[in-house]
Amino acid sequence: MALSGLEIYKLLPKTNCKDCGFPTCLAFAMQLAAKKASLDKCPHVSAEAKQALEGASQPPIKLVTVGTGDGKLQIGNETVMFRHEETFHHPAGVGFLIEDSLDDAALKKKLDKINKLQFERVGQRIGANVVAIKSASGDAAKFSQVVKSVCGSTKLNIVLVAEDPKVLAAGVEASKDRRPLLHGANKANVDEMVKVAKGAGLPLVAVASGLEEIAELTQKIKAAGVEEIVIDTGPKDLTAKVNDLTYARRMALRKTFRPLGYPAIAFTTSSEPADEIAEAASFISKYAGIVIMKNCEPEEVLPILATRQDLYNDPQKPVQVEPKVYDIGNVTKESPLIVTTNFSITYYTVAGEVEASKVPTRIMACDAEGMSVLTAWAAEKFTPETITRMLGTVNADSLVSHHTIVIPGYVAVMSGKLEEGSGWKIQVGPREASGLPNYLKNFKV
Amino acid sequence: MALELIKDKWTNNINEVMLGADKPIKVGGENTLPFLFQEGDMPNRPVVAMEVWDMEPPDWPAHLKAALGDAVKSPVEWAKKAISEFGADLIVLRLQSANPETGNASADKVAETLKSVLAAIDVPLIVIGCGDDQKDNDIMPKCCQAAKGKNCLFGLATEDNYKTLTVSCMADGHSIIAESPIDINIAKQVNILITDMGFDAKRIVMHPTTASLGYGMEYVYSIMERARLAALNGDKMLAMPFILFVGQEVWRVKEAKEEEPGWGDVAKRGHLWEMTTAINMLQAGADILVMRHPQAFKDTKKAIERLMKK
Ligand code: SF4
Repeated sequence: MALSGLEIYKLLPKTNCKDCGFPTCLAFAMQLAAKKASLDKCPHVSAEAKQALEGASQPPIKLVTVGTGDGKLQIGNETVMFRHEETFHHPAGVGFLIEDSLDDAALKKKLDKINKLQFERVGQRIGANVVAIKSASGDAAKFSQVVKSVCGSTKLNIVLVAEDPKVLAAGVEASKDRRPLLHGANKANVDEMVKVAKGAGLPLVAVASGLEEIAELTQKIKAAGVEEIVIDTGPKDLTAKVNDLTYARRMALRKTFRPLGYPAIAFTTSSEPADEIAEAASFISKYAGIVIMKNCEPEEVLPILATRQDLYNDPQKPVQVEPKVYDIGNVTKESPLIVTTNFSITYYTVAGEVEASKVPTRIMACDAEGMSVLTAWAAEKFTPETITRMLGTVNADSLVSHHTIVIPGYVAVMSGKLEEGSGWKIQVGPREASGLPNYLKNFKV
Repeated sequence: MALELIKDKWTNNINEVMLGADKPIKVGGENTLPFLFQEGDMPNRPVVAMEVWDMEPPDWPAHLKAALGDAVKSPVEWAKKAISEFGADLIVLRLQSANPETGNASADKVAETLKSVLAAIDVPLIVIGCGDDQKDNDIMPKCCQAAKGKNCLFGLATEDNYKTLTVSCMADGHSIIAESPIDINIAKQVNILITDMGFDAKRIVMHPTTASLGYGMEYVYSIMERARLAALNGDKMLAMPFILFVGQEVWRVKEAKEEEPGWGDVAKRGHLWEMTTAINMLQAGADILVMRHPQAFKDTKKAIERLMKK
């Protein structure tokens, strides 16, 4: 948590020497608190004060980077318990567990499946982004071989899971350039694990079943020089696990309790698809930074990725589609032209129903600043004037010969004005997008 | 070092609403955010209601209909099957046949169906109109009367259309669903309008609007969290249990209905999409989930058992 001006003032030399360019230490402290000045402007500040001030300016939940390059995973640095208070910032990693006991064929099959878990839905690309490789054998050579093979066949970020530091070190050797996350340090192996992590400059998971033990571990790990830490309270009943995730986040955000100020990783415990989804979805909504699943069938993974996509949307910035005319199917000049707004959800709901109708149709998504039909209408962003303007911008006359547009049933009241203003014939469509298939099948100019 | 976690205590609890007559159940009553049992209690676990129509739904996807079987041809059989085979805690009867676009059945006709369903079940019944305001105002008074003494939950009352239903529910001793369009101020306003007519606030269940996973679910999620925080902090006009019509929204989206290369088996994807939406709603504070697919239904019930484990 940021310090107040007065708290900062207490740490300054209080000589009012003006070298910082401010008339008094207090004035400088106020500017610091408001983040309008930086501490290095004061040449007289003591080393301890510097440390305290820099510490206080750290985010309450550490940002941790796993992997390298474009697809790297960054988690942590979250600022709120509830997304409406601001937003959730760093989308959780979603990945799958692979044990080194798999034979080559099974391993290849699983990785093929995992690599295909990239989807495009509602105009956005979403996908799995982590593979966790676990040493089931306890054999360093075996682990190293499987890690190498996985690294060779996927670009996804890597988590290495082994309890024996020697085994883990062998995995690190086989995946060094991938910046894997190491899982992990427990009470018994922490000293050696820290050596492995520190030596390779890698992030490390602190593993213990209680938050108190976790806090002790992370302090030890940090003192030994590993800064990027992830926490894991191990397998538990669903609600107990969600409570751990919740309390860790709360302590970090509300008390700036540094020993718990790290993102968390959570592994599902069930193998039954629906049971596993119940866990994974709960972990995503309740604060996990990485969720590791067992099953990797697309129909099981897609709902989890969509959960992440939804909950990490910024509530202040509605997702929009480009305002333009979209062709659905093999449209001709006789195809219907329907009008809606450019709010992503509105557009894709309409587009989905149009696709389902199998009637080739044009959809004109008007720029309504990403508002839904009713909201945009109430806010005067979706009006006869804006629609008329849009008809001109897209040169709608050149697209259809029937000179007719279909407007959403909810804004039927604007038909008269729109017809007058635009010179187009107006037809009133259904209120809900779900009425579109029926409507389009019977569409007549 | 003894680590002391921050445990929140709230001043208010969510209203407890009793539904049904023969085998009544209670919903709501929690004085904590969902499943934080170290801070408060959820005396009544969230319940799952199966959605039954008074006519065969014309455009439900084949894989959903197949899972329900022939029962969809008769509301009575459908409701009975929902209870005996799928373990429904409650039944929702949607009077779709009264809608002018799907049959325009008369008030007498739908009230008759309602009576026959009531006679066949002992779990509480939720009754939803046909979605056409004018027609609903025509059929609901008769339906409320037909269900007198059964302590049902009737919906939907909205800011623009609440008076008729409120009067009928009050006269015949039913609870009411107050709906608002993903807007916390309107949610509160509808509750105030209804209680201003003399209706007991403790017999209102809120519908904050439902959205499917992947289609704006996060808006509902956040409205629920905001309303719940306000309620637990003392706002009595938001302290109503939540009902979510999960099935109704999920079964219109592409992810639940359509084949798509690389997206996996659509038959499974459909019910998993419905269940995942339900899980997210539970984490946001849902008290009643209305669902359609038997598998999603069973899986959600199982998840609730797990979530309720202290
Ligand atoms: S330079 Fe440092 S000591 Fe001098 S007035 Fe500024 S804050 Fe105070």
